[in-house]
Amino acid sequence: MAEVEETLKRIEAHKGVIGTIVVNAEGIPIRTNLDNSTAVQYAGLLRHLTMLARSTVRDIDPQNDLIVLRIRTKKYEIMVAPENGFLLIVIQNPCE
Amino acid sequence: KVPKPTKASSKKKVEEGVDTGDGWDEWSHGKALTKPADQLELTEAELKEEITRILTANNPHAPQNIVRYSFKERSYKPTSVVDQMAVHFVLEGSLLHQDSDEARRLRSSNDLIFSETATIDTGAEPDEEKPETPEAGEEDRPDSVASKTDKKEPKLTNQFNFSERASQTLNNPLRERSCQTEPPPRSIFSATANQWEIYDVYVEELQKQEKNKEKQKAIPSKKDNEKSKKKMMLMETQGDDFTKVGKASKIFERMVNQNTFDDIAQDFKYFEDASDEFRDQEGTLLPLWKFQYDKAKRLSVTALCWNNKYQDLFAVGMGSYDFSKQGRGMLVFYSLKNSAFPEYIYPTNSGVLCLHIHEQHSHLIAVGFYDGCVAVYNLKEEGLEPVYKSTAKTGKHTDPVWQVRWQNDDMDNNHNFYSVSSDGRVVSWTLVKNELVFTDIIRLSVNGAVSEGPEGLVVQRLTFHKQIDYLFLVGTEEGKIHKCSKTYSSQFLETYNAHSMAVDAVKWNPFHPKVFISCSSDWTVKIWDHTINTPMFTFDLNAAVGDVSWSPYSSTVFAAVTTDGTVHVFDLNINKYEAICQQSVVAKKKTKLTHIEFNPIYPIIIVGDDRGYVTSLKLSPNLRKKPKAKKGQELPKGPEVEIAKMEKLLSLLREPEQNAV
Repeated sequence: MAEVEETLKRIEAHKGVIGTIVVNAEGIPIRTNLDNSTAVQYAGLLRHLTMLARSTVRDIDPQNDLIVLRIRTKKYEIMVAPENGFLLIVIQNPCE
Repeated sequence: KVPKPTKASSKKKVEEGVDTGDGWDEWSHGKALTKPADQLELTEAELKEEITRILTANNPHAPQNIVRYSFKERSYKPTSVVDQMAVHFVLEGSLLHQDSDEARRLRSSNDLIFSETATIDTGAEPDEEKPETPEAGEEDRPDSVASKTDKKEPKLTNQFNFSERASQTLNNPLRERSCQTEPPPRSIFSATANQWEIYDVYVEELQKQEKNKEKQKAIPSKKDNEKSKKKMMLMETQGDDFTKVGKASKIFERMVNQNTFDDIAQDFKYFEDASDEFRDQEGTLLPLWKFQYDKAKRLSVTALCWNNKYQDLFAVGMGSYDFSKQGRGMLVFYSLKNSAFPEYIYPTNSGVLCLHIHEQHSHLIAVGFYDGCVAVYNLKEEGLEPVYKSTAKTGKHTDPVWQVRWQNDDMDNNHNFYSVSSDGRVVSWTLVKNELVFTDIIRLSVNGAVSEGPEGLVVQRLTFHKQIDYLFLVGTEEGKIHKCSKTYSSQFLETYNAHSMAVDAVKWNPFHPKVFISCSSDWTVKIWDHTINTPMFTFDLNAAVGDVSWSPYSSTVFAAVTTDGTVHVFDLNINKYEAICQQSVVAKKKTKLTHIEFNPIYPIIIVGDDRGYVTSLKLSPNLRKKPKAKKGQELPKGPEVEIAKMEKLLSLLREPEQNAV
């Protein structure tokens, strides 16, 4: 538990990372360093997208599964990973 | 005479008014058409025109332009079909159907009348009026008679004095009463039937079945699956919220690093220095990632080792070479995928001086410490302690352990490794169940004989031959290299007076079975053929050489690091006298480079220095040259080529010697 906490802290402290959000199975952000409204918004929107992406991957091959979904936008990069019903979201600005 | 013409004229008028007959006479007599004034003027052609007259059943009076409003089309629509029937005369008859109510009533009343009149008729016939009045009178009587005789006959409503009266009772006021039950709880359920959902259900079923089978067989323990080291995480099963995203967070850390160091990652994978073509034979080293750990800043890198199975993972032993500054040490593992933070960290009590990762079982690491202990760490185990550690009782060395090397499993399939220490002992350690069993292999002394004297050889380096298992070399602090065998514990097979100062590294050539290389603080690097007492090649590098390493891809390429912060790369095939690359890789001039290792598959090297940094560098193409194929010939691959290459070089050297002799 502590190691995960440390890893998350390191990610947050990394250069260019704007924020991280950990979302639980009900869609509520349980740990974030962004403000609550933003976190809730991200959580809600990305949840559906991740489910859809996962469904797509698994439809093609049921033995396959989604690990990470990466959305590169103009301003930054959003990385989403579903795991055990939870959702881990990291927003990073890769070019400083 | 006046009346006559008037008569005639009147007659004429009458005659004109009459249609046929007389009019014809007039016409035939007169031969002169007299047109009335308002007759239509027609031409001759038009007069001859035939006009057909059709007899139709259409009613000319029927309206032809009735318009009705159509709600469907929301407009007025002309009705096309119109009733063409024209009624000319209506006469209501007085006939009644015999079965109708009225007829029945009349009949019943008439029957009585006929029966009465029949009697009267027989009585008084001639008088027509009489029967009328009595008839009329009797009409009344049959009514009353009828009413008297037949009560069942329905009472005919009297149009004179019939009156109807109605009354209404009080209507009870209506009241509505309703009762509503609690609606059953509703929930919206939606699901999709995808291929993967079906697959998941099947897999669950399968697992359940298997579990049942296992329960029946009552197998106590389940074998741990061999998970890959990178995916292994310290996951607690207490249902803690965060641990569930442990795996993902690890991946994310790497992704975030990849994003930040994107250019480095691209360089690592794809960059090939094109300017090497113009550089003749020289090559360059491209700096890639730099690895450092905050808590290990004061320590220097004392050992480096790549992992054979996961070629992006390497181990760094940290400690100190300085005799006076001995403190704690660290064993740290880095992955190329994450340069910001180590994968595994093991703090140790005393400085690590050497380490070696087992070639087949890459989760086992043998470590030698400054205080003389050896330990074996298992990466698969959780926890920061080694799984095996030698103590004073179990034969730990009395001096720092300078080298450890894993060996092939012995006949009992136990893992074992060798360690070399300044106390002159070469010890073999075997992992038997939970213990570390040691066996002294050889006690090295100055004279080459077994002696337990206080003056043991300060053995610093040890290297085992790849193919010939029992053969190994030891380098000493005095600068000599001894060739020994595991089987002969009392004597050396050969001694080479290699250097004037301590031998820092001794390594067999990975391809050619006879060649080994040694380096020393006396600024030289020497290449030997173990059958010959003198070195084949000697290189002077102008600074104390910290470490030397053969490359895994070519038998003639090796790299050396010096205390002035320079990496020298040599390729004997290209240039027998000079390095093809000499490059300074650290910023501060005072940093001493302590170790160097080639990656087994990627064209990169890692260099450790005495400040605790590990720098990774990419070798430019010139440094990785393989022998060019002659036109038309296929390039032979494999170690034989490398051996042949080396052999050729050596033969070149030997020939002049022989000639000289």
